[in-house]
Amino acid sequence: MTNQGAEIQVRKVSVSFAIDSKRVDAVQDVSADIRSGEFVALLGPSGCGKSSLLGAIAGFTPIVDGEILVASRRVQRPDSSRGIVFQHHNLFPWKTVQANVEFGPKMRRKPKTERRRIAAEILGRVQLSEFGRHYPDQLSGGMQQRVNLARVLVNRPEVLLMDEPFAALDAQTRLQMQEMLLELWQEFGMTVVFVTHDIDEAILLSDRILIMSQRPGRIKAEVPVFLDRPRRSEQLTSPEFISLKRKCMESIRIEPYPESISLRSANERHNEVSLAGVSINRGHV
Amino acid sequence: MNTIAAKALDREGLPESTVVHPNDRRVRRSIRSLIARTLSILVCITLWQTASVQKWHFLVNFENVPAPSAVGLAGIRLIQSPKFQNHVQSSVIRTFAGFGIAAVLAVTTGLLVGRSKLLGDFLMTPLELLRPIPAVAWIPLAVLMFPASEESMIYITFIGAFFPILLSTIHGVTNVDQRLVFASLTLGASPFSVFSEVIVPGALPSIVTGLSIGMGNAWFSLVTAEMVSGQFGIGYYTWESYTLQNYPNIVLGMISIGLLGMVSSALIKRIAMQFMPWARKGGEMK
Repeated sequence: MTNQGAEIQVRKVSVSFAIDSKRVDAVQDVSADIRSGEFVALLGPSGCGKSSLLGAIAGFTPIVDGEILVASRRVQRPDSSRGIVFQHHNLFPWKTVQANVEFGPKMRRKPKTERRRIAAEILGRVQLSEFGRHYPDQLSGGMQQRVNLARVLVNRPEVLLMDEPFAALDAQTRLQMQEMLLELWQEFGMTVVFVTHDIDEAILLSDRILIMSQRPGRIKAEVPVFLDRPRRSEQLTSPEFISLKRKCMESIRIEPYPESISLRSANERHNEVSLAGVSINRGHV
Repeated sequence: MNTIAAKALDREGLPESTVVHPNDRRVRRSIRSLIARTLSILVCITLWQTASVQKWHFLVNFENVPAPSAVGLAGIRLIQSPKFQNHVQSSVIRTFAGFGIAAVLAVTTGLLVGRSKLLGDFLMTPLELLRPIPAVAWIPLAVLMFPASEESMIYITFIGAFFPILLSTIHGVTNVDQRLVFASLTLGASPFSVFSEVIVPGALPSIVTGLSIGMGNAWFSLVTAEMVSGQFGIGYYTWESYTLQNYPNIVLGMISIGLLGMVSSALIKRIAMQFMPWARKGGEMK
């Protein structure tokens, strides 16, 4: 079941919100082409609109201008071909792990025995076979994110959207999750758009990094990542890695100090982190 | 898997070698609290007994207040009499009838109003106008509106229970975590599935709170209605005891009302927990 990823075309997309009847432009005139099966990282400081862009691709953030095509179909509303994983799990607390994973197949009216089987299979794939009968609140953060991933992947999505999914995890768990994600990506072949503000993470995971500016977010640089796959954490210290990192940092740095207004999603509010040596917006909402 | 092990270790607390075993400490603490609670009840009863026997008359007049000993004796007599059981039975039936109708209507209305703006505008205006009217104020009209006093008392109970359940349900629906709604949509849920799979279970804890407040209000309203227009029932019994100057029985009536209210609230919570296994398990583990 490989190579089922869809290509994504983002054409002159703008997203804006009304806050206290003031218009705030979150994303402005962004265009990007993402190839089928590609792993793209969206890198940028907190509040730059990268989550808004991701939400627009998912189909629940309305765009004011432009259009987004996934597999040549125009995105109008969320659907199961585009799965999304957020920083904080949004598993149904009233469903067991197994029932959470079965949710997608159930919505597609798969027979009970079949959905039980495919859910169990994918739970095994994320090493959570023994936890099917637990409730999400009984699991650790890393396990919750694995269930989240399983719940999305069981639908065999063409596109996997991830919004800083590992930002709340401790360093070691994060590394394990990153490795697991890469394995699953190779196995399932979906297109991945991965939002992060962690440069190392962007380089370690992606084929290409799109760097976004301060709000209103635009794509101001593109960094292809030609590191060998499968990627391993040892590569974090290789000269190629360091030079890519320098390139990213330079692209982020060329920018005047941000203005005061800052609109951050709930996710980003939790992890104000200073990017290695880069000053980022510490404004408040 | 390591993380789970670590979590378990955290929960177990201190290692064996510490001076006091945490388990011992817990047992000792719960014994101490049990003693304190018993003692406080004994002090209250003793004060009450003294006040009645000495016929205190300072701010509060205890001359006609029966002593706990008298109430206890009357209680033993009462439990054996079939008349009292009839009173309790008719009150319980009325409460559960009024509460049951209120629960069904209020939860249904609340779920719909919480989801549909149009329906909300349409239904909530009259309901908002009726809401501030206390159930007791409905008694005269209820007597006129229904052919028998039985129905009018059930109606009063219904009114008492309806609004807290309705408001909690609406609150629960509108406060369902939007991220869960997004999740269900990106997993392919239809609007109806969003409602049945996300909105209803998401609102359930709030609905349960509404039901237990509603149950309290139902008893409160019923007892008042029975005092005014009843011929049976625990409220009627309490008031009758006053008119017949059978003072110990007033207190017995009051205690029964308290016990019945307490038991029915506990029952609601018990039943609700059957529908919310996640709340139970989550609580244990955390």
